[in-house]
Amino acid sequence: MLKDQDRIFTNLYGMHDRSLKGAMMRGHWDNTAGILANGRDWIIEQIKASGLRGRGGAGFPTGLKWSFMPKASPDGRPSFLTINCDESEPGTCKDREIMRHDPHCLIEGALIAGFAMGAAAAYLYIRGEYTREKEALQQAIDEAYEAGFLGKNACGSGYDYDVYLHHGAGAYICGEETALLESLEGKKGMPRMKPPFPAGAGLYGCPTTVNNCESISVVPTILRRGADWFASFGRPNNTGTKLFAMSGHVNTPCVIEESMSVPMRELIERYGGGVRGGWKNLKAIIPGGASCPILRPEHCEDAIMDFDGMREVKSSLGTACMIVMDQSTDVVKAIWRLSKFFKHESCGQCTPCREGTGWMMRVMDRMVTGEAEIEEIDMLFNVTKQVEGHTICALGDAAAWPIQALIRNFREEIEDRIKARKTGRMGAMAAE
Amino acid sequence: MLRRLYQEQPETFEFTPANLEWARAQITKYPVGRQASAIIPLLFRAQEQEGWLTKPAIEYVADMLDMAYIRALEVATFYFMFHLTPVGSVAHLQICGTTPCMLRGSEDLIAVCKRKISAHPHELSLDGKLSWEEVECLGACSNAPMAQIGKDYFEDLSEESLETLIDELTAGKTPRPGSRIGRFSSERAGEQVALLDTKGDREEFNATTALAVSIGDAFKRIDGTEVPLRAPWQTSGQRGPIGVMGTERPKSAVQQAAAAKAEPKPAGNSPVDRTGVTKQQAVVADKGKPEAVLAVASGGTAMAAAGQTVAPPPEEQPNGGGQRPEGLAAPRDEKPDDLKIIEGIGPVLEARLHAWGIFHFDQIAAWGPEQVLFADENVPGFKGRCTRDKWVAQAKIIVEEGIDRFLERAKTNDY
Repeated sequence: MLKDQDRIFTNLYGMHDRSLKGAMMRGHWDNTAGILANGRDWIIEQIKASGLRGRGGAGFPTGLKWSFMPKASPDGRPSFLTINCDESEPGTCKDREIMRHDPHCLIEGALIAGFAMGAAAAYLYIRGEYTREKEALQQAIDEAYEAGFLGKNACGSGYDYDVYLHHGAGAYICGEETALLESLEGKKGMPRMKPPFPAGAGLYGCPTTVNNCESISVVPTILRRGADWFASFGRPNNTGTKLFAMSGHVNTPCVIEESMSVPMRELIERYGGGVRGGWKNLKAIIPGGASCPILRPEHCEDAIMDFDGMREVKSSLGTACMIVMDQSTDVVKAIWRLSKFFKHESCGQCTPCREGTGWMMRVMDRMVTGEAEIEEIDMLFNVTKQVEGHTICALGDAAAWPIQALIRNFREEIEDRIKARKTGRMGAMAAE
Repeated sequence: MLRRLYQEQPETFEFTPANLEWARAQITKYPVGRQASAIIPLLFRAQEQEGWLTKPAIEYVADMLDMAYIRALEVATFYFMFHLTPVGSVAHLQICGTTPCMLRGSEDLIAVCKRKISAHPHELSLDGKLSWEEVECLGACSNAPMAQIGKDYFEDLSEESLETLIDELTAGKTPRPGSRIGRFSSERAGEQVALLDTKGDREEFNATTALAVSIGDAFKRIDGTEVPLRAPWQTSGQRGPIGVMGTERPKSAVQQAAAAKAEPKPAGNSPVDRTGVTKQQAVVADKGKPEAVLAVASGGTAMAAAGQTVAPPPEEQPNGGGQRPEGLAAPRDEKPDDLKIIEGIGPVLEARLHAWGIFHFDQIAAWGPEQVLFADENVPGFKGRCTRDKWVAQAKIIVEEGIDRFLERAKTNDY
């Protein structure tokens, strides 16, 4: 179990002074100029050495991502850091706590990361529904400006740097990095083709790096306490501490910081208060937000919550925010609701996704009621394969994976329902 | 999902003075010329002021940001937080219905809304005070089930607590947001196992509840006076255009002439021509060719330095092949022709030509392949421009047929 002194987010629940004064008492903004004085290369090397991988879901090494940014502008274009605070993946509620309760982690991280990549400014893209979080974060930014930590000669380092807060208006797709940039430019949030990658031509056609809120927020502490300290948590290639969240059928849902590679069961039992009705009552877990494939209890028994651990059970860590379901759950319906979500959130740019998400949801409709044919299960699987990988961004994949995993892991449940509907009897369930 | 503007629209929209000041400050967050970036915050503030997003408001914001109406309408219809139909005068309840909330009973909450407010989403209650809808994940899953009402999140709801909430709202009270079961924020309920010795004064409420209580604007129409406007980013002095893309592009003479002619004129008795174009319709001036201006910035803060028009250095090593055209020491009669009339030549390229001693159309018209090659190779950043834009052919027409005739032909690229 992670000790309190090893936690990065020391005021995660906001129970203690959240102002700049309180944040500085807990060690934030301490000698930031000194950190910057070590230079860009040192910062990037430290982040690489810490093994920090992006906390937004894809898990790309953060230091490596920063090193793609041009060292100097060849043509006068400035560089930008864009921070993805558009937390909208169903099940995910971790960045909200950073933004409202530990905002100075994020703002200091924005300065250090921006300095490391030579950015002129950072844009924080927060989801529109987080109105109060927006206000809280803007207050913290104002405080940082007043203290001279941002703006001209930020922290007395001689570096000029601005942090701007921008918000969206309720489009999940804007969490995709290029859609986020489109939205930030004042357009519909429709993803762009890659290449060019944002590091070459991103926001306003300028070199841009898009990082998750949590990835940026842990940076100051890593540099202060050392890359070795951060790398000492978790298994190799999966290092560090991480915010986890639990929702659904656990006794005490919560957001919690733990070290990576913590066993899934331990996490649920220690912080989530256990599965409702006991571990044996567990039916399924979606480990990291809606797009991660659903797991059966036997997968969860010894599962390790990190990038590799989740890949071993053919799922993914995603945002590490679990949705737990007990035996009372209708898993088919739970996945149908996610299909509905993806249909609602498809931006409509690529045909396979625009049409496919609706199609998949309508077949799932019938799977929920059992008004389908057994053959349609395979047909549905084939359709998900035709959507997956045939779209500009990963929303098509994200819509396909939950259904594929449902068919892979809970096929008998769908079949039973179809049979029961046909015969009017409860089929195989009758034996229980 | 099809989203349309409401059939009944008010006549006008205007930001309140404080909101207008706030909106102007938001625009300064973005580089000069990139004011369109501010559209979502501005539209949202317009909605906060009016309760829903009206067509006059969309057009008002589009005008403010120098955007075409269709671009603003695209944004308004794409993003689901914009209410395109009127909502309850007191509050619009947005119940999160996605899986994490569904698992903990959001369907029961929706049933409460159907029973106590209206049978269908987006429909006003009988007294007009409330309306509701089911929305997708609001990102507070550890506090499920939850709803957003006005600016705030109401968490850990149950049928009973939602019913109480609705009653309070109808009675004109301002219920306090946050958890309904006594949790502080997203910590585990009951005994705490983490963050037991955090430093700092103990806060009374979590950050979001504290703001709702201290500002007290949860269910009011926002007029901009709720919180004092602070825009500290304006003090850094970093803001400027990004390279040339952000600056206002100088119009070529053809564009200027076309713009002058573009004033709609009554057709009179003249018949519609073969293509269906009458004189009422403006002629398209912009052919989609980017007007080229050199961007040269020298170190320092890139945003501030970039975008200044910089004259090309007078002497430099010529690149590649070709032969430098013979130039004049000064324009004849000290009156240079306006070379910018040639499509593809902007102020910077004109300055470059002047540096070579090229001041007149007939000089360009007399260029042979060698000179064209030289010009192609020696306009930094725009290699091949001379050939691609047919400078010589354009210049010949101007010399032989006169500028008026050229401008006529230039409209259809007939050179």
